[in-house]
Amino acid sequence: MDLTLSPEYAAFRDQVAETLKANAHLAPGPDDKGLKHPKRLAWQEFLIREGLTARTIPTEFGGYGAEPDILKSRIIAEEFARSGVPRPLAGQGISMLVPTLLELGTPEQKEAYIERTLKGELIWCQGYSEPGAGSDLAALRTRAVEDEDDFVINGQKIWTSTARQADMMFCLVRTDPNAKKHHGITYILFPMDTPGIEVRPLVDMTGSANFNEVFFTDVRVPKSGVVFEVNKGWQVANATLTHERGMLGDPNATKARFIELVELMKVETVNGQRLIDNPVLRDRLMTLQAEVYAMQANGLRITTNSLKGEAAGLAGLVVKLQGCELNHQIAALAIDALGELGILYEEGEHLRSGGAWQWRYMYDLGLIIGGGTAQIQKNIIAERGLGMPREPRLARS
Amino acid sequence: MEFGLLEDQVMLQETVRRFVAEEVSLDLVRQIAEGEIQVAETLAEKLTALGLDGLLVPEKDGGSGLGVLDAALVQECFGYGIVPARFLSNSVAAYALRDSGSSIMNDITNNDARFGIALNDFLSRRDGSGLSIRDEAVSGASLMAMDVARSTHLLFLANDTVRIGQVGSAEQVKTIDRTREFSEVTITSFEQQFTGAEIEKTFAVACILLAADTLGAAQCMLDKAVAYAGDRQQFGRVIGSFQAVKHLCAEMAAKLEPARALIWHAAHALDVQDDEALAMAFLAKAHMAEVGTFIAKTSTEVHGGMGFTDLVGLHYWYKRIGVNRQIMGAPMALRELAAQQQGLVA
Repeated sequence: MDLTLSPEYAAFRDQVAETLKANAHLAPGPDDKGLKHPKRLAWQEFLIREGLTARTIPTEFGGYGAEPDILKSRIIAEEFARSGVPRPLAGQGISMLVPTLLELGTPEQKEAYIERTLKGELIWCQGYSEPGAGSDLAALRTRAVEDEDDFVINGQKIWTSTARQADMMFCLVRTDPNAKKHHGITYILFPMDTPGIEVRPLVDMTGSANFNEVFFTDVRVPKSGVVFEVNKGWQVANATLTHERGMLGDPNATKARFIELVELMKVETVNGQRLIDNPVLRDRLMTLQAEVYAMQANGLRITTNSLKGEAAGLAGLVVKLQGCELNHQIAALAIDALGELGILYEEGEHLRSGGAWQWRYMYDLGLIIGGGTAQIQKNIIAERGLGMPREPRLARS
Repeated sequence: MEFGLLEDQVMLQETVRRFVAEEVSLDLVRQIAEGEIQVAETLAEKLTALGLDGLLVPEKDGGSGLGVLDAALVQECFGYGIVPARFLSNSVAAYALRDSGSSIMNDITNNDARFGIALNDFLSRRDGSGLSIRDEAVSGASLMAMDVARSTHLLFLANDTVRIGQVGSAEQVKTIDRTREFSEVTITSFEQQFTGAEIEKTFAVACILLAADTLGAAQCMLDKAVAYAGDRQQFGRVIGSFQAVKHLCAEMAAKLEPARALIWHAAHALDVQDDEALAMAFLAKAHMAEVGTFIAKTSTEVHGGMGFTDLVGLHYWYKRIGVNRQIMGAPMALRELAAQQQGLVA
């Protein structure tokens, strides 16, 4: 056990901290809205040039081209969290499609998409879930029929983030309805302005449309968009889902929320008494701190496993379930601590933290469900982590 | 940066684990619980022969010079096998003595000194318990002192300082856990040369070791639940294939695995004297108590009616975890202590 950084890494950390501090003025501010705001794109380009994002992606595809180094990646993430400087772009294109293309894309696909995606010039959305294919994703039915050099797509996707802003979609479609469900799926890329695509915003409990529904009516897309091979889309998708689950439940983000909650409870008063001076609230706060400590330590353990090239096992499998639940509990305590002011939302004189706690309390519930529900996570922990038997299949009704 | 166990630590744990598996059967634990003193003494001799009691004693004072993390790894194995061992009390005493240069440390290593500990009064004084020193005399009594029988020394708390003394009277109390003994004690005299150790740090080590003990016991209960669910059949299938049962096991694992990392981290933080070490140690015990009692209850439920019987003996682990939760800082008291430690209490 040694939690100190070697001189090389300590120097690296200092250098990252210094770069972020010295260039913070280049970062986009809260008013620079829009995914392609020039300040956002310029900031992204700067971060790539400095090796603070797209770090291990080869230079020929617009990355920084460094050797993979998990510890350096971790240091960079921690320094962004510590400095509060806006993070690099991290849409589904960057976090999920780019790794997939690097592994399985054709030279043409890599050339056409990776660099522009990294720079933020190309926004992607993910067409996976369907109304009838949620936890059972492989049951998806959006149909793609071959027609000479094209596929013609009909069907519907749901839970599609950024569908309205996206230039492109990476999508799972059913190309062989007669094959077993995992064997008839194809992973395909196409532009969102293709005729026949209709996007409808899906308003959720937060009051905003964080997701969308996407409808396909005779959408004709070229076969050249297929990644890897026709009917091998399930393997391609599995490569990307691993990337998604790693993103949910990041302990650094949870710690930042917890620190915010401690500050809130130190400043806010009720009946002239600070919230933190209420022993019941303080006890709940300490209960959560123990869990935050535990998830941080668990994260350090996973990083060390990755550094050694070992599988993280159970420690890795529990992150999404535990991390998302903990985030939700932190928001729940903030709302309870704020009492009747905790119900205020969006605007108003008495609103606290811009209504962020209520927003998180709702949005984080969405994250407990999304990206593999808590119940699916428990199946994974039990079956892969504890080696317990699978649910036997019932005869089709 | 490396967050994990060194090869030596893995080997240490493997050695103790093997000892426990070979030497401490449930049958043996039952005999000890039923008061077979000869069986308890034979086991104590074997434990002494393992040579672990001086683990926290510095090398210059005749010990192994290892750290709190190493001690936690050993204690975890004892918790796994519900082993009644004096290791915890001896280790806390060794830690309290580590800067004193006292020859008692060498005696711990050689088994000439065998410690009991009476630190429960630090956070909880009930029925008039508590010891104090005035005019070189110790007055009062301490409740729930551990490992007093057959001890030579007692580590106790008086006037906010950890001291070493000789037991006057000791009256064993009956707890739910008959494998370990707890007593109400008085002190006749104390070591004048040992000027005392800081209670917070000493207590933190006790917290880590009790948390590690619960970690081991809870891991055993989870393993037993998974094994039972993979064997027991109802409705024509093993019950572990039912999600209702499988999810209970997943919940246990999901809580236990991060708790293990927390205990490693907290133990290491004490070893390197990190600023957050004390708060982390107190929270580690509080958190492990919550996770432990959840697992104790859930594992018993997974075993169905058999989990409730004396026949299967699961209750020995259930009670071990239950006792660890209450003694030397129940969760709420420890969370308040952690809040104080961080300046969050006005």
